[in-house]
Amino acid sequence: MILGFSLAFLLTAALTIAGALAAALLKNLVHCALSLTVTFAGLALLYLQLDAQFAGFSQILVYIGAVAILVVFAILLTRGAGVPEYRGFSTSWFFGLVIASAIFALLTWAVVRSLPAKSAVAAPSITVQSIGASLMSTYVLPLEIVAVVLTVALIGAVIVAMPESRTPKSEAESSGGK
Amino acid sequence: MNPLAAYLVVAALVFAIGLAISLTRRNAILVLIGIELMLNAANLNLIAFWRFSPHTAGHGDGLTGMMFAIFSIAVAAAEAAVGLGLIIAYHRHTKTTDLDAMTRMKG
Amino acid sequence: MSLSTQFDQIFVFLQHWIEGFFPQWLQPAVGAIIAVIAIVATFPAIFAVTTVLERKGLGRIQNRLGPNRVGPLGILQPVADGIKSLTKEDIVPRSADALVHFLAPVVLVVAIFLGYAVLPVGRNMVLMNMDAGLLFFFAIGASTELSIFMAGWSSRNKYSLLGALRAVAQMISYEVPLLLSSVVAVMMAGSLSTVKIVEAQSGFTGIFPHWYVFTPWGFAGFVLFVIAALAETNRSPFDLPEGESELVAGYFTEYSGFKFALFFLGEYLGMLSIAGFAITLFLGGWGAPFSFLGFVPSWAWFFLKLLGAIFFFIWLRGTLPRLRQDQLMNFAWKFMLPMTLLNLLVAGAWRFLGDGWSRWVICSLVLISAYVVLGRVLMRHQHLGPRSYRYAE
Repeated sequence: MILGFSLAFLLTAALTIAGALAAALLKNLVHCALSLTVTFAGLALLYLQLDAQFAGFSQILVYIGAVAILVVFAILLTRGAGVPEYRGFSTSWFFGLVIASAIFALLTWAVVRSLPAKSAVAAPSITVQSIGASLMSTYVLPLEIVAVVLTVALIGAVIVAMPESRTPKSEAESSGGK
Repeated sequence: MNPLAAYLVVAALVFAIGLAISLTRRNAILVLIGIELMLNAANLNLIAFWRFSPHTAGHGDGLTGMMFAIFSIAVAAAEAAVGLGLIIAYHRHTKTTDLDAMTRMKG
Repeated sequence: MSLSTQFDQIFVFLQHWIEGFFPQWLQPAVGAIIAVIAIVATFPAIFAVTTVLERKGLGRIQNRLGPNRVGPLGILQPVADGIKSLTKEDIVPRSADALVHFLAPVVLVVAIFLGYAVLPVGRNMVLMNMDAGLLFFFAIGASTELSIFMAGWSSRNKYSLLGALRAVAQMISYEVPLLLSSVVAVMMAGSLSTVKIVEAQSGFTGIFPHWYVFTPWGFAGFVLFVIAALAETNRSPFDLPEGESELVAGYFTEYSGFKFALFFLGEYLGMLSIAGFAITLFLGGWGAPFSFLGFVPSWAWFFLKLLGAIFFFIWLRGTLPRLRQDQLMNFAWKFMLPMTLLNLLVAGAWRFLGDGWSRWVICSLVLISAYVVLGRVLMRHQHLGPRSYRYAE
């Protein structure tokens, strides 16, 4: 119990922040994607420490199992692996850093100033069955809307990323039209 | 310090790092990585507030924070897919993912 | 307590007895450590036995003897394999990404071992009785895909990268039917906890057990789960990513010595754990097949069923030809996904049709007709002629 926090929390928070910093500073894109995965894992562990089991496992399943792989595939498909031909940081990097630090300072000041010194709340007793029941009763409309959003978004992503089919007919049309 | 405050500060730090990535790096995919980090930091905020607040069954069965976070995870995955699809499509046209070179709307 | 119950719970007694030597505040940690040691000792031992069984079994299927030099009938072959892999030189290519190259097998083995935490090996014998145990297992399984990509990319080798991309595409495609076919068992048991799913299957009507595999939706779910499990663990007939005749050795081309042994271990342990989950979800876990056989300990039934599953996987490996990548993906998205969704509907109908013989007939008819229709639709462009054999003259 250092500084009033448990060792598990400190280690997990350090892992998360280290992963995020590595994603910010590394030059090799695939290394950035892999340290992003470490950040996701650290965040999942933080959710588990907050007694949100379902959210923690969903984080691992969705983010590490799908989003990280999407990012890595996109890096490979855009030939981003290896040494990039342009510098990693943009020319106005200093202002970005200033803005980010300002926002961090503002958020931390708001958090530290507004919360009371100690408030202990008992851990909630949440079972997966209660989550399922509430998903089917209170949250059924957001559930269906999220399903539609996911379907539409993924169909759109596939259509956007699909290469245009070069059939002889379409080439003749496009060259005849000119 | 309050345990809730500790989690919120960690979330604020991850958010600031994600914002810094989005604002300073030149590769388009890294900007998307920064956006994912910001969304994750917001999720951590939601779950931390859910954990440290009273769980009355009045509003939303006392599960509002966690439900919000789960829906946010789903929507963030969809948004990552769309964003990466756009980057891949742009790369196919101009063979670059350099944001400082993406200054024209015409292909 | 009767003798059979005592024998059934013998490992639990052993764990409590060892815990008794430690002070009160340390006992949960010691109990967990003992269970972890048991898992780390047992399943690699089963892995060693599996390698011998596989090589001998494949040899017999292919009309030859398997290894028979080391020990009587070759059963000490894993010892020789272990010594060989430990003493071989560990070659890392100069242009390979050293850190990622080193971490890939570590991540794989750690993820696979974590998956054993929620597997109920016997009555009261599970390391962690988590409320969302099945979700934990699938989440950890999704992380193994990333380690395969790390292995393939860090080797800086065209064949490795191609094998890794194929393997990841295959694993992602079959993740969806795997999860959906297990949702059926979750729906009927009413819980994501593996312990509760096994307990829901532990009743008997007459002498027949209530295993889910003996219902129409359960049988379809079991078949779909096993196919998806074979594809998830890159096992024949879905082993295109590591086919020796295609891609040298796929994503572990550049690994030698102990790291290759770790990949091998990870792959087989993954196969064992997913077979264990198929048994838990559909085959009644540690339950006895007939009510009068209840005197045999629960963990013995589990390992017998696991052995049966291993034999079945080895049989499939020796018999079926390899699927091509596009055939693989077609199969996953166009056949297995609609079948798993239909299976969910049928399982829901099963519950609401009430008891009686009508629900058996209706559910079986729906599933069989869907299987035939989907099969015909998928095969309509294949023009298969009559089979012909040509022998060397």
